[in-house]
Amino acid sequence: MSLGLYILRRVIAFIPMLVIVSIVSFIVIQLPPGDFLTTYIMQLQSRGYRLAQEEVARLADRYGLNDPLYVQYFKWIRNIILYGDLGRSFQYDRPVSSLIGERIGLTMLISILTIIFTWIIAIPIGIYSATHQYSVFDYVFTFLGFIGVSLPGFLIALIFIYIGIAYLGINVTGLFSPQYSEAPWSLWKFIDLLKHVWVPVVIVGLNGTAGMIRTVRGCLLDELRQPYVITARAKGLPENKLLLKYPVRLAINPIISTIGWLLPAVVSGETLAAIVLNIPTTGPLLLVALRSQDMYLAGSFVLILSSLTIIGTLISDILLAWVDPRIRYE
Amino acid sequence: MEEIETFEKEESTLEERIYLASQWQLMWWKFRKHKLAYLSLWVLIVLYIISLFCEFLSPYLPDKRFSEYVFAPPTRISIFYKGRLTKPFVYGLKSSINMTTFLREYAIDENKIYPIRFFYRGDRYKLWGFFETNIHLLGVDDGNIFLFGTDNLGRDIFSRVLYGARISLTIGLVGISVSFLLGILLGGIAGYVGGILDEIIMRTVDFLISIPTIPLWMALSAALPRNWPIVKTYFAITIILSLVGWAGLARVVRGKFLSLREGDFVMAARLAGCSELRIIFKHLLPSFLSYMIVSLTLSIPNMILGETALSFLGLGMQPPAISWGVLLQHAQDLNALANYPWILIPCFFVLLSVLMFNFLGDGLRDAADPYSR
Repeated sequence: MSLGLYILRRVIAFIPMLVIVSIVSFIVIQLPPGDFLTTYIMQLQSRGYRLAQEEVARLADRYGLNDPLYVQYFKWIRNIILYGDLGRSFQYDRPVSSLIGERIGLTMLISILTIIFTWIIAIPIGIYSATHQYSVFDYVFTFLGFIGVSLPGFLIALIFIYIGIAYLGINVTGLFSPQYSEAPWSLWKFIDLLKHVWVPVVIVGLNGTAGMIRTVRGCLLDELRQPYVITARAKGLPENKLLLKYPVRLAINPIISTIGWLLPAVVSGETLAAIVLNIPTTGPLLLVALRSQDMYLAGSFVLILSSLTIIGTLISDILLAWVDPRIRYE
Repeated sequence: MEEIETFEKEESTLEERIYLASQWQLMWWKFRKHKLAYLSLWVLIVLYIISLFCEFLSPYLPDKRFSEYVFAPPTRISIFYKGRLTKPFVYGLKSSINMTTFLREYAIDENKIYPIRFFYRGDRYKLWGFFETNIHLLGVDDGNIFLFGTDNLGRDIFSRVLYGARISLTIGLVGISVSFLLGILLGGIAGYVGGILDEIIMRTVDFLISIPTIPLWMALSAALPRNWPIVKTYFAITIILSLVGWAGLARVVRGKFLSLREGDFVMAARLAGCSELRIIFKHLLPSFLSYMIVSLTLSIPNMILGETALSFLGLGMQPPAISWGVLLQHAQDLNALANYPWILIPCFFVLLSVLMFNFLGDGLRDAADPYSR
């Protein structure tokens, strides 16, 4: 199968997923009692504003609040696709899209950094463990990896915060130093970000790293038993060259495909860790939105986070098929 | 007659025992060799027994407030008094308010000692809601025993951790049972019926596996009314957790059904005139039940963590319900965390139970796989 055809098939299979994502997000928006407009009007009234009758009618029509549910759904989808209008956050009194836009970038940055961190740590350790099977360090890494898989990031974050305050005298929460938190983007702000970003990256990356070490170790052990390795050794290829040129390259392939499970876990972990560590990404805003039943905001977060995760998985699938042509014929 | 039987038993070699053992017995023998998993099983059994008898094991009622002892540090149990070994006892605790920081400070009063009494008659409670009694495993006269310290309202954290085990540990089991039913039913339908139903179910599974679960769980549980009774919220949370949890299991079940339904033994059963239901429940299900138990065990930690996370964020169980996540809510306050680190103790129990379930699942996986070494 050609690569183009493979991509086409994957993209077609990806559309129903997006549809289900949108339906679930719409259900989330509809779940709390009462509709968005009533809450919005009440919110305004409590602040002493009144919405003009024509404005109420215009909003009701725009979001189809008087229509049956499926019409509402289609109007909601149409607004998103045609105008990029995700609805309005009544709590911030701003369009949802601009609120999310501010934060989704940081969420993606942290997620991508976490995945890169996972690879940088896990691949060398995995290679070491496989080439030194049953050595002391192999056991140590396997055991640490096992614990790492089980440890939930947000609880580790709590322990981190405590250790930071009690023993190191530093505050590990937040993503920027106070003087940069409201400042516009600059090189110095970026450097400041790098100083803080490792905390969430390490915490969120913990689970994935541990899982990845086991995957790399397992795959590489399988490859090392192949006859071609013995052949290469018999022909006198230096061990390092042999290792990196053939078995490692093959063993690393599944790593790209693990994005499929790594990415959802990282986004989930990032959401929780961000809330605990008070990082200005999507997590804390989602929690605030849910607590105040700001449902267009909350539902849009579910929609955007899920869609991005699925797109990430799709990209990794296509990358894998590009790197390893065998995949396409399966 | 008896003598001959014992003689024969001794004669039967190890090989014969293996030959005669059932599938489950073989797995059990293999499982027992996995030391870490075997230990985990016992730790978990102890944890569940604790949750079963939490009223008896805890020195105080979980909601009893000691307003004189807000954020009191954990009480130390001593067994040496002036260099001499004695029965275990605790020292008295003096509380005073520091007039510069306005924080309550505690000092040990070495002059007052309170021996620990076992089967102490303290607060009245109803064990499992039936047996009214006032016997607690331990307690002290006059003084106080706060093994894990107290919280912001002066409640004994040790007692609350024991009570919290009840919700935190069972929500995983109940959730898994719901996931199990959904997984077998939907996975079975997909694998056995096939066609358009298969397509729909599998697309849903793909969807559930590839989205981040925490935001969805948060959104769904935020919609639960805050004034629901504890039991209702409990089951609602369980259902929310299992709505996502069944997907992985359904995929396994479907795969097994697809590969096994063409098997010779299924054909034989069909020729012998078995009904489809009998084939499913008598022949197909038992042949991969062990795999399912493994994947179930490995997904219990996710449920426990899910409940903890939701309750911790204030979206799951609500006070006065007690779960480990609810207990950890106070730890979000950085000041409290820095000054009173013992409020993190419930965290240790979450980590312990999650770790134990993972070790157990790993041991079960090795035991259930007949081809492993």
